[in-house]
Amino acid sequence: MFKKTRYLSLAILFVFMLCLVGCGQNAEQAVKKTDVILATTTSTQDSGLLDELIPVFEEKTGYKIKTIAVGTGAALAMGEKGEADVLLTHAPADEQKLVEAGLVTNYQLVMHNDFVIVGPADDPAGIKGTATAAEALKKIKESNSLFVSRGDDSGTHKMEKKLWEAAGITPEVGATYQETGQGMGQTLIVAEQNKGYTLTDRGTYLAQKKNLTLEIMVEGEKSLLNIYHVMQVNPEKFSEDIAGKMNTEGAKAFVDFLVSAEAQEIIGNFGVDTYGEPLFYPDAGKSEDELGK
Amino acid sequence: MQLIWDGLVQAFFILLNLDPEVLEVCWLTLKVSGTATLVSVLIGVPLGCILALSRFPGRNFLVSLANFGMGLPPVVVGLWVSIFLWRSGPFGSLGIIYTPTAMIIAQAVIASPLVISFTLAAVQQISPRLRLHLLALGANRRQLLWNLIKEARLGLLAAVMAGFGGVISEVGASQMVGGNIKGETRVLTTATVMEVNKGNFDVAIALSVILLALAYGVTALLTSLQQRRSNYE
Repeated sequence: MFKKTRYLSLAILFVFMLCLVGCGQNAEQAVKKTDVILATTTSTQDSGLLDELIPVFEEKTGYKIKTIAVGTGAALAMGEKGEADVLLTHAPADEQKLVEAGLVTNYQLVMHNDFVIVGPADDPAGIKGTATAAEALKKIKESNSLFVSRGDDSGTHKMEKKLWEAAGITPEVGATYQETGQGMGQTLIVAEQNKGYTLTDRGTYLAQKKNLTLEIMVEGEKSLLNIYHVMQVNPEKFSEDIAGKMNTEGAKAFVDFLVSAEAQEIIGNFGVDTYGEPLFYPDAGKSEDELGK
Repeated sequence: MQLIWDGLVQAFFILLNLDPEVLEVCWLTLKVSGTATLVSVLIGVPLGCILALSRFPGRNFLVSLANFGMGLPPVVVGLWVSIFLWRSGPFGSLGIIYTPTAMIIAQAVIASPLVISFTLAAVQQISPRLRLHLLALGANRRQLLWNLIKEARLGLLAAVMAGFGGVISEVGASQMVGGNIKGETRVLTTATVMEVNKGNFDVAIALSVILLALAYGVTALLTSLQQRRSNYE
């Protein structure tokens, strides 16, 4: 006896699906040519840098940047799958693989800052002033002090793994090695609360500093450089289906903008007012080998 | 303690100054979660009624599915909706990933089982004698259903509130399918997470207070609707 209602509800459901699809398509048609999907690491968003750069770019070009801030691993994976148009990441070794595979083009050095090892002020492992990060990690391990890791395959996590390798240690999750699986900001908070050491990019550390008692323990080593590159995803490597949805011109415009004198100046001045030092050093046109000299 | 106080003060000033950025986030939160709730009501109430009033093989299984769906983890929904909506996914051609529409779809998926289950419970607990009574009075099917829904309205409004409460508070799905894009898909929950990551705890606390106030405001409105109408009759 309730057949009729069943049909009715199915009809409503169907109409609604159509509405949703309709909305989506309209929205897509209206914004198709202007939207550029930028997959990037969390540090560029959490430091506030992108909030300075993107409005200038949008104003100049009329493109609309959709920033998806994830770890560098995830951002590169989005590029590999063609889900993003342009990438801004900080794991040169992994980026190189995409460049070699032809998945990304127009690969440009944008800026750098550096990684630092921070830890509780009383420094239980006694690593303050240690010459190399690898040595510091050895001391942390030997003194059974806590190290808090990102554990999320981000650029920072990739760097951390490299440093452990240099120290000849394979860390195992346990009482003295925790993985948060979260962004740098959250991981710093965990390290702060659990009185642990962690590896962080200087920008996020400075931005979070007002909430932290953690202090910088190790810094300045060349291998701790944190280098950011921008690159556009190459539509030729994808099926027409996916490539058709990419915004290659927009991606190119964004790459060109980041290495332009205007953007480089914004990057160089960013954070000076608040922290007394820049959070990032502009590097457009330089080669990676020139950095840190 | 200082932090909490700073956060509350910050919340007060944000509200007082009507900070346009925060207002935009609030408006988007209401729009997305409100639309998602509406969609889930349009899907869930009819389905809940059908499940409550009809008997067919497999019905118990469907009911258990709906009840199970009440606890559907938002991140799981977010992941699956993302997979479907990505450029490489089956619905990639719609181009709606990282838009409010995608968030509405994900939130509707989260809220629908809640609405179905609450509706089912509300309609099924009406005395079967009322149905016979209405039929005996000569009600046609539409009148019958309408009267049953009226009878179940307390439970149905509870369904709406549960659905809305479920989606306005979730962060996992919104983050994944929306991407927390400023001015577009940034809602109160994803903005709160971001402010914590930025180290702006006071702003995060302010946003959380605003979110609670907003959620309470809507729920209070629905509650007054629910209670007032039940006093009439």
